[in-house]
Amino acid sequence: MEEIKLIVDGKRLDGRDFEELRPIKIEAGVLKRADGSCYLEMGKNKVVAAVYGPREVHPKHLEDPSMAIVRYRYNMAPFSVEDRKRPGPDRRSIEISKVSREALEPVIMKELFPRSAIDIFVEVLQADAGSRTACLNAASVALVDAGIPMKGMVTSVAVAKVDGVLVLDPMKEEDNYGEADIPFAFLIRNGKIESITLLQMDGRVTAEELRRALELAKKGAMQIYQLQREAIMRKYIKEEEVVE
Amino acid sequence: MISRKIVLPGDLVSTNPKTAGPGTYVEGGKVYARVLGLLDKTDLGVRIIPLKGRYIPSVGDTVIGIVKEVTANGWIVDINSPYIAFLPIPENPAMKPNRKPNDILDIGDAIIAKVMNIDPKMKVTLTMKDKLCRPIRVGRIVAINPTRVPRVIGKKGSMIKLLKSELDIQIIVGQNGLIWLNGDRRKVSIAEEAIYIIEQEAHTEGLTDRITEFIKKRKVELGLAEPEEVEKTETEQAEAPEVGEEEKTDSESKAEDVRR
Repeated sequence: MEEIKLIVDGKRLDGRDFEELRPIKIEAGVLKRADGSCYLEMGKNKVVAAVYGPREVHPKHLEDPSMAIVRYRYNMAPFSVEDRKRPGPDRRSIEISKVSREALEPVIMKELFPRSAIDIFVEVLQADAGSRTACLNAASVALVDAGIPMKGMVTSVAVAKVDGVLVLDPMKEEDNYGEADIPFAFLIRNGKIESITLLQMDGRVTAEELRRALELAKKGAMQIYQLQREAIMRKYIKEEEVVE
Repeated sequence: MISRKIVLPGDLVSTNPKTAGPGTYVEGGKVYARVLGLLDKTDLGVRIIPLKGRYIPSVGDTVIGIVKEVTANGWIVDINSPYIAFLPIPENPAMKPNRKPNDILDIGDAIIAKVMNIDPKMKVTLTMKDKLCRPIRVGRIVAINPTRVPRVIGKKGSMIKLLKSELDIQIIVGQNGLIWLNGDRRKVSIAEEAIYIIEQEAHTEGLTDRITEFIKKRKVELGLAEPEEVEKTETEQAEAPEVGEEEKTDSESKAEDVRR
């Protein structure tokens, strides 16, 4: 097989620099019936997130008398990828749902709502690489839009290693033919990264490269965080109140 | 002129933990916002006025609920919140010996009740032993976002008084975002429209004036009043957290709003 070059003249295949994100579009409050919602595009990824709750838990046995339970459902539409994806949960989406839920749980103040559930649904309409990061970003905006108490916001971005170089926010080709893909999610509070809530890795990198990947992801996450804030502000700015 | 800024969860709102109020949390000696809302910073403290969110019951609230189930010892009531409420038989004064709970309140009936108790597991108990509690048999129930309830009531009940005096109808505001309206059908319709406007434009200036104007305009349109320009101005910046309050404007107008 012929060698595929993913980096040409110091630029990536889509013309981006190594440390450049794909174009991002975020819109908050797109679904009227949901308590909170968000539509997000990250490059060719298109995802919709909906948040319901806190609400009654069904089935009842899942109820926790000391705190709210958080349920996260990541689902890909059958038409989201080139070959039809068989609908319904599979190994991959169950795993993504679990790690994403665990990425959001430390941020949500669950103890304020005992015996209730906070349901987060994220649908991938079109997938390019990094759909779990796009989904987490959308879910975070939707949670804020739903008015759910949180310690901060979650922002997620991936770093990949392609042709021996670390690049931010990989797209499909880089993910498929690259050497490693490392999605991160951060808890951001007051414009500062407080902790890492998700870290996965597919492929291999050296310890030194992982450290550099983390730095790179932090820079990317701060840019996304600003866009998330702007999206919410845009929806609510008319609410700003003038007193006296 | 101060503007109330929008804050997002995690925004630093104060460095003095003693000032932390509702909608904030303290960590490492600093106060952060925990919900999306408007920052209200005064000498007394910092609080966040939420813009979104479900109704979380608190003791003493007046709520409007719908009976979901009838049991041997009471009624299970949906109060538009994550938690269902229970109205025990002894707490309903309409309950007389040798009458069945079924005959008093059936599934689907709406009631006005008060939150009597909430246990640590968030089991909510209601009571109807209060003069403003009653089963709802007539009128209309309007649903709004529960975080907007203080705006509909207005500062010291100014907005609700305006609606009542202008339209001559009965209004009871449930803290859970359900509002009961009763009276002349056309007037109730005007009130309903006005309430939706209040919900939408909750945070704008001079809302009371605009509502007054709106009601007058609609009254003329529906032939309920002669076109005329008159008095009634009451500038306001709504927002008085709490109060389920009621009034009968028609006949007796006693019973002031029930403040905590």
